Amino acid sequence: MQWTINGQIRQAEVDFRTSLLDLLREQFQLSGTKKGCNQGACGACTVLLDGQRINACLTLAVQVQGRSITTIEGLASGEALHPVQAAFIEHDGFQCGYCTPGQICSAVGLAGELARGWPSAVTADLAADDIAFDRLELRERLSGNLCRCGAYNGIVDAVAASLGQEAGA
Amino acid sequence: MRAFDYHQAVGSEQAIERAMRREQARYLGGGTNLVDLMRETIEGPAMLIDVSNLARDIEESESGGLFIGAGVTNAELAADPRVRRQYPGLSRAILCGASAQIRNRATVAGNLLQRTRCAYFYDIGAHCNKREPGNGCDAQEGFHRYHAILGTSSSCLATHPSDMAVAMVALEARVHLRGRDGERVIALTELYREPGERPDLETVLTAEELIVAVELPPLPMAASSEYRKVRDRASYAFALLSVASMLELDGATIKQVRLALGGVGTRPWRAWKAEAALRGRPANAATFEAAIDAELAAARPQSDNAFKVQLARRVVISELNQRLAQARQGGEAS
Amino acid sequence: MNPFTPSHDTRHEEKPPGALAGDYWRPDGSPDPLGSGLHAGIGVSLARVDGQRKVTGQAPFAAEFRFADMLYAALSYSTIANGRIVDIDTRAAEAMDGVVLVMTHENAPPLRTPPVFLGSPHGAAGDDYPVMQSDRVHWNGQPVALVLAETQEQADAAAESLLVRYARETAMTDFEIAKSQAREPDSVLGGPATITRGDADAAFETAAYRIDATYTTPRHNHNAIEPHALTLAWHHDGKRETLRIHDASQCVDLAVTSLADVFGLDPGQIHVTSPFVGGGFGSKTLWQHQILAAAAAKLAARPVRLALSREGVYRVVGGRACTEQRVALGADSSGKLQALVHTGVAAMTRHNYLPEPFVQATKCLYGVDNLRLAVTVADMHMLANTFMRAPGEAVGTFALESALDELAELLGMDPLALRARNEPERDPLSGLPFSSRHLREAASAGAERFGWSSRHAAPGSRREGEWQIGMGCATATYPYQRMPGAAARITLDAEGATVEVAAHEMGMGTATVQTQVAAARLGLPVETIRFRYGDSSLAGAVLAGGSQQTAAIGGAVIAAQRALVDALLARLEDDSPLAGLSADDIECRDAGLGAIGNAVRFVSYRELLEQAGKREISVEAKAADSEEKSHWSMHSFGTIFCEVGVSEVSGEVRVRRLLGSFDCGRILNAKTAASQFRGGMIMGLGLALMEETWFDARSGRIMNPSLADYHVPVQMDVPDIDVMWTDIPDPHTPMGARGIGEIGITGVGAAVANAVYNACGKRVRDLPITLDKLL
Repeated sequence: MQWTINGQIRQAEVDFRTSLLDLLREQFQLSGTKKGCNQGACGACTVLLDGQRINACLTLAVQVQGRSITTIEGLASGEALHPVQAAFIEHDGFQCGYCTPGQICSAVGLAGELARGWPSAVTADLAADDIAFDRLELRERLSGNLCRCGAYNGIVDAVAASLGQEAGA
Repeated sequence: MRAFDYHQAVGSEQAIERAMRREQARYLGGGTNLVDLMRETIEGPAMLIDVSNLARDIEESESGGLFIGAGVTNAELAADPRVRRQYPGLSRAILCGASAQIRNRATVAGNLLQRTRCAYFYDIGAHCNKREPGNGCDAQEGFHRYHAILGTSSSCLATHPSDMAVAMVALEARVHLRGRDGERVIALTELYREPGERPDLETVLTAEELIVAVELPPLPMAASSEYRKVRDRASYAFALLSVASMLELDGATIKQVRLALGGVGTRPWRAWKAEAALRGRPANAATFEAAIDAELAAARPQSDNAFKVQLARRVVISELNQRLAQARQGGEAS
Repeated sequence: MNPFTPSHDTRHEEKPPGALAGDYWRPDGSPDPLGSGLHAGIGVSLARVDGQRKVTGQAPFAAEFRFADMLYAALSYSTIANGRIVDIDTRAAEAMDGVVLVMTHENAPPLRTPPVFLGSPHGAAGDDYPVMQSDRVHWNGQPVALVLAETQEQADAAAESLLVRYARETAMTDFEIAKSQAREPDSVLGGPATITRGDADAAFETAAYRIDATYTTPRHNHNAIEPHALTLAWHHDGKRETLRIHDASQCVDLAVTSLADVFGLDPGQIHVTSPFVGGGFGSKTLWQHQILAAAAAKLAARPVRLALSREGVYRVVGGRACTEQRVALGADSSGKLQALVHTGVAAMTRHNYLPEPFVQATKCLYGVDNLRLAVTVADMHMLANTFMRAPGEAVGTFALESALDELAELLGMDPLALRARNEPERDPLSGLPFSSRHLREAASAGAERFGWSSRHAAPGSRREGEWQIGMGCATATYPYQRMPGAAARITLDAEGATVEVAAHEMGMGTATVQTQVAAARLGLPVETIRFRYGDSSLAGAVLAGGSQQTAAIGGAVIAAQRALVDALLARLEDDSPLAGLSADDIECRDAGLGAIGNAVRFVSYRELLEQAGKREISVEAKAADSEEKSHWSMHSFGTIFCEVGVSEVSGEVRVRRLLGSFDCGRILNAKTAASQFRGGMIMGLGLALMEETWFDARSGRIMNPSLADYHVPVQMDVPDIDVMWTDIPDPHTPMGARGIGEIGITGVGAAVANAVYNACGKRVRDLPITLDKLL
């Protein structure tokens, strides 16, 4: 089987039972993607599948053969951190760091969804084409990533700052 | 997780043919529920037939409704501009479910067929008639705060967990099924069975039957449909109660109304009795109260979920009042 | 951020912050000069030193280390609460692909029962149940088998295929029944289970204003996002056997000493490291999974990785016990407390030593002459309960501070005024002076910032649409501790200094803050400090618990700094500008040693090393004995303010605003401290509104062992949280600091409950405050 992971073609023979999460962590030793619950309830395993955020734990590796996967290890370009990564440091968007890769990948996916004009459960007018991102929108859209240390305020600060930065760029 | 074979289907005919050839085959959509159930050993298919790449389009139907491929993801459906304009309550319902990550993988058909979150269903150490008919139900005397008050039996109290399906039953969605004898179309409300003595039989699907599409009929009043979900945390939690609602006025009289409830029924609960008690009646508080009381008369609350009777009553009345206010506003504007 | 002007002890202000600390722990000692507020590096918002690694996925956690030829483990758990294993059919599992070992009580190696935390000075174990040594089952969820296989998928499938037959015996699994047979525990955290002063019951009977209420709190689980895991290998070089463990641990040293007991080894044969821990909150100690993994690795003679599933964490790692508490308050018409009774019962087992100490906060908060505190325990067949963030205070303050709110209403007093009215001059029980207590200042500054004066005393006075709005407050408190056993090694070289302590970083900011402190203390730039921790081979033993790490490390580094200066002075050349000076005349400044008050008398570290002919000088020292708590009553304080909306329609509660104003001594890093306070307060929101472990009273089984069904707060539940602090240094602690890891959770349950009452007039005395209780 074959996947494009962080831009590189990678191959492995895997058990059909192997999740995308275990493929990354155990076969390819890309352990930046974390296992927090293994049942889609915490978001620590969030990666980008063809640019969209998903839970790697609920995705069978065999199901996403041939597709492009971006993990936390693939976000920075060389030494330069991705703006979301840098913002997480600046705004103290983490404590223990275990949910952090998932939070960051989730934030990158979120930015894509905002760019496509996707609404959320708290979008007042769902028929509107333009959806402004405010803190409430960000909080709802980031609710699929648990943080038990409680870095939630810093995470929203970081994501807001990085989105503002991208919007300005 | 038990070992299984895997087949990626290239078309629905071929998928069905595969399913007919193999015992214990299951169709795989986004996997967001099935993979979890397999990991918990509640499901143990011998073969997964992956249909998640099939039926990925949303098209306008000839009648002016929408024809939604079974493999469309929850996220795509919620974000579709036609859904947002014509059926915003459906969009909201989907967006109230799970997380963005899950909605990006979960398919329409998979969402309809997701299984209950009853703690005793999920624990193979517990008694559960849904896992094993005749085994008993530990939820009856156990933790059942999340459980159903409508459509229950002495065998099972488990709720259907979907938000999307609640909005869809309100919209009178029709489900296109394909099986060994070709295609048939049924109302979504007819897809689900009540538990009775056989809570393991959740739908009317035959073993190899595949959901290929969901059709939403045109419904002008659905443009002001809404969905309210009440839960223990503000996001990413199953419903204690949810309400899909829409109504159309004829002067001060309710001309048309649709009402469906989640979190209180063993299946996505179309509130037929309430609707009957609303249609053609004056749009006022007394009507609303009588209507929800008519629906809840059949409720069979247990100790821990008894609050849902009161909760459903209050939230439904509040939602109807809001739809009424919107309808009046809309009437003034036009 | 800080509205307070730190008050300094003027006698000592002449000492620069780089001067060596004296004996801050003694009544005749002087404060640590580093706490004076004069050092520019202390208190600043230094970004986390491990931030880069954490945001790029390069910080390795315990399940991410590898050994060649490693096997994967999976556990199978009992489904009965008490009884015997009749038989385990392992044949199918053993025949499955990739399976190398199925270990049960029938083939497990002999293992000694681990020493229990608080039961033994070197114990890290949560309980003293035997580990797979017989057919006995002690709790529902006990591991009954362990499978090793070549892959995790194979191990899981084999573990799932095991067929276990049990002989069930009567089990006490219903708290309602167990509490009727409650007993007094031998001790509560080393102190008596019952504490009385005056005659509280008589005083209560005659008090003019009385509140007597019962409060209940459910079981909780820590739910660190990283599940417990370890990767380990046995090595044998022909002479000596060693055990190398990458663990997720908040007590590497106690883990070593405990495992040494279990396996009959010398502690020197075991090496545990834990460089990154994905949250602990009291749970990352020693439980059966580490012992079983090591035993299986020994049997299979191959390295092993064991990562508990989320369910596995609930089955193997204890949580916070449920409690039922009575608080009875008697007061006169001025609000002065005449009587305070705080008693109750918590679930426990006969195999652990933690009666959930819910009266801890009550010991120090209010000045009252008649006091009765009592903790009893109800023995149950269950996994041993354990420490969870602010054990005792988190749930105890819910009861006490709710009762204060009820009394304030009865008296028609402002709840803050009632608390101020009862502010004690000295510790109400010991009579000791407080080392530093500025709760009044914290409360009033918090009230000002929060806009407390706009609160309507009458419930249900404010509304926005369907939302009824209310405000509540409660006092937060947590004791200062500095546990014995800490030591530090400082190695000075031409590049800077390495500071090594067997301490832990679980996200509290330890590595960052201690880098900052070491830089300030040694007069070196932050970037030249290398702080090493999380390794049992390092000096001393520091537990990451009890909010004591900062003080414990601080005390050790103070001692090591003195040893370093002594070592440097001992090697001075005769004509050195520092010749003739003693350590107390010296300050560490500008990457060298200088004479206090004399800018000219200075030698850089580089020159000192050169002159000594050394590439590096390394010293190790033990912290001074923790004497300070025998002279002072030492606690952190704070006031939590909360504004909620309660839906009149659905009963849903939304926390709209939350503010914590804290008095925790000197704050060492504003950024990481704010995160610690907020994190604790968010866990407090969880405790208030949603957290509950479902313990089935029929089976003794936890029914929601998942993050889908055990609700912890998500982003949408959490408003922007305001935190502030007095920053008044405690003269009797290292750096003037007191711990901040746990105080954040305390008081929050009551602040929310009190706000809910103010919003809608419903007093919920049973946590969590879910919407069904408000309909």
